[in-house]
Amino acid sequence: MTDLTLAPPRSPWRDATTRLARNRAAVVSAIILGLITLACVFGPMLSGYELDAIDWEKIQTPPDSDHWFGTDGNGRDLLVRVLTGGRISLALGIAATMVAVLIGVTWGALAGYLGGAIDALLMRVVDVLYALPFMFFVILLMVFFGRDPILMFVALGAVSWLDMARIVRGQTLSLKRQDFVRAAQAMGAPTSQIVRRHIVPNLMGPVVVFATLTVPQVILFESFLSFLGLGVQEPMTSWGVLISEGSQTMQASPWMLLFPAVFLATTLFCLNFIGDGLRDALDPRDH
Amino acid sequence: MFSYAARRLASAVPTILVVITIAFFMIRLAPGGPFDQERQVPPEVAANLERAYHLDEPLTAQFVRYLGNILTGDFGPSFRYRDFGVSELLADGFPISMQLGASAMVLAVAIGFAAGSLAALRRNTFSDMAVMGAAMTGIAVPNFVVAPIMTLVLGVWFALLPVGGWGGINHAILPVLALALPQIATIARLTRGSMLEVLRADFIRTARAKGLSERATITGHAMRAAALPVLSYLGPATAGIITGSVVIEQIFGIPGIGRYFVQGALNRDYTLVMGVVIFYAVLIILLNLIVDLLYPLFDPRVRHD
Repeated sequence: MTDLTLAPPRSPWRDATTRLARNRAAVVSAIILGLITLACVFGPMLSGYELDAIDWEKIQTPPDSDHWFGTDGNGRDLLVRVLTGGRISLALGIAATMVAVLIGVTWGALAGYLGGAIDALLMRVVDVLYALPFMFFVILLMVFFGRDPILMFVALGAVSWLDMARIVRGQTLSLKRQDFVRAAQAMGAPTSQIVRRHIVPNLMGPVVVFATLTVPQVILFESFLSFLGLGVQEPMTSWGVLISEGSQTMQASPWMLLFPAVFLATTLFCLNFIGDGLRDALDPRDH
Repeated sequence: MFSYAARRLASAVPTILVVITIAFFMIRLAPGGPFDQERQVPPEVAANLERAYHLDEPLTAQFVRYLGNILTGDFGPSFRYRDFGVSELLADGFPISMQLGASAMVLAVAIGFAAGSLAALRRNTFSDMAVMGAAMTGIAVPNFVVAPIMTLVLGVWFALLPVGGWGGINHAILPVLALALPQIATIARLTRGSMLEVLRADFIRTARAKGLSERATITGHAMRAAALPVLSYLGPATAGIITGSVVIEQIFGIPGIGRYFVQGALNRDYTLVMGVVIFYAVLIILLNLIVDLLYPLFDPRVRHD
């Protein structure tokens, strides 16, 4: 997005950036999210504790000056575990969203641009999939083909593209009637080139908004799976795994539930606020 | 109307077939059989087991047999609960899951719609911000976090409600609430948006212009129109509640379908897992159909003939 803001003044992107900067909730969310991300990426290296190092003196102890977030039932430093878990949750959320964007944009742009029977067929598939309890299929995949993080982000991405496809199709339908697309057609540009050069770049606004809103959804799914014991597995950890462990011992050690839950909820909050802010900034109709 | 219903029902058949086919082949292609984790059995016994469950036949033959059985309502024997058929387990768990899910849905629509309307009518006031803040919290904090915290506070610290199990209204309060919260939040946001749009519409101005009281304008005209997006959302909401019930039943130890599903998934109970997926897919497709058929009752602009 930054390179786009270098465009001449009063471009739609410049307007959008200005509007976004005025949205306090979105700006604060972006700062908090940035801090959480930095902490997750660099924190584990700086903390001086290993993910699986056991402090035999301190098993399941509340927060103190050595272990800021306390320790878990195996005497492992909870701060490092929460930050490392955040790496996995954030990385999976972003990776799966990229998969969803890739499938959704291609699918929706093709359906919208080609129209006719192909459109009907493609959107019928979306309708069919929409009606299914797709989390159940992800669970099936995870259980029967192993709880592999790569499979997990592909599976989560593969079930999160439906809204994207619908939005992109709608947008494409209105774009393809515009003059610059007609001009490209008149000059004999091949379909693939028109879609790639003229349609997709003009879809960036809604796609960015929707991708921002898909990331928290995917993180939520991942935590949901991990909570049930069907997602990320030991020795790796994620916020869902930590929340699951914490909820089993919360009577004796509430901090084990509290810290990962606060991190997860804060991240989801921020992403939702940023998504809403972007939508308001890029779609000024309502304001 | 009836021909529309018949057509929609007919188009649901291929969808259900797709579901069955994907579920069937996905599970059969997966590594590991249902008897793998048991202690080693002699090969003759293993062969007998496989023959008893028709696992020695070619995949296509198994598939055709399975399809035929489903048509007669027989989902086959469970691979784990040896003395039970999957249909029995489903019949056993469904009433419980349905009570849980239906209560959560009623609660979600009632509270969500009321709160969303309030927020829209008092736009940019404290009530609006409070409702929308609460709704954002409901969306951002997942129910597997809310449920343990509610249990800890209300069930353990204050000991007002039972922390798990099923039977009696007391047992239902926490799980129903935990299941409904994310849907309440979504419906409140949805209602607020559609209500704000409706309040700007010409027919509301007309209603006011002809001297209708504000109360009659809102309840008679605005709410009815604002409810339409909520009505369309009932399908996805059902799917959301069914998915949520899996984790809620697990947390509260409720013997419903969701728990069978997780147990079945962890045990590689092929027939049980497939039974649950197919059962829920059919249920969701039928509920979506019902919503579509009811839609013209609320929106006279839509006709099905």
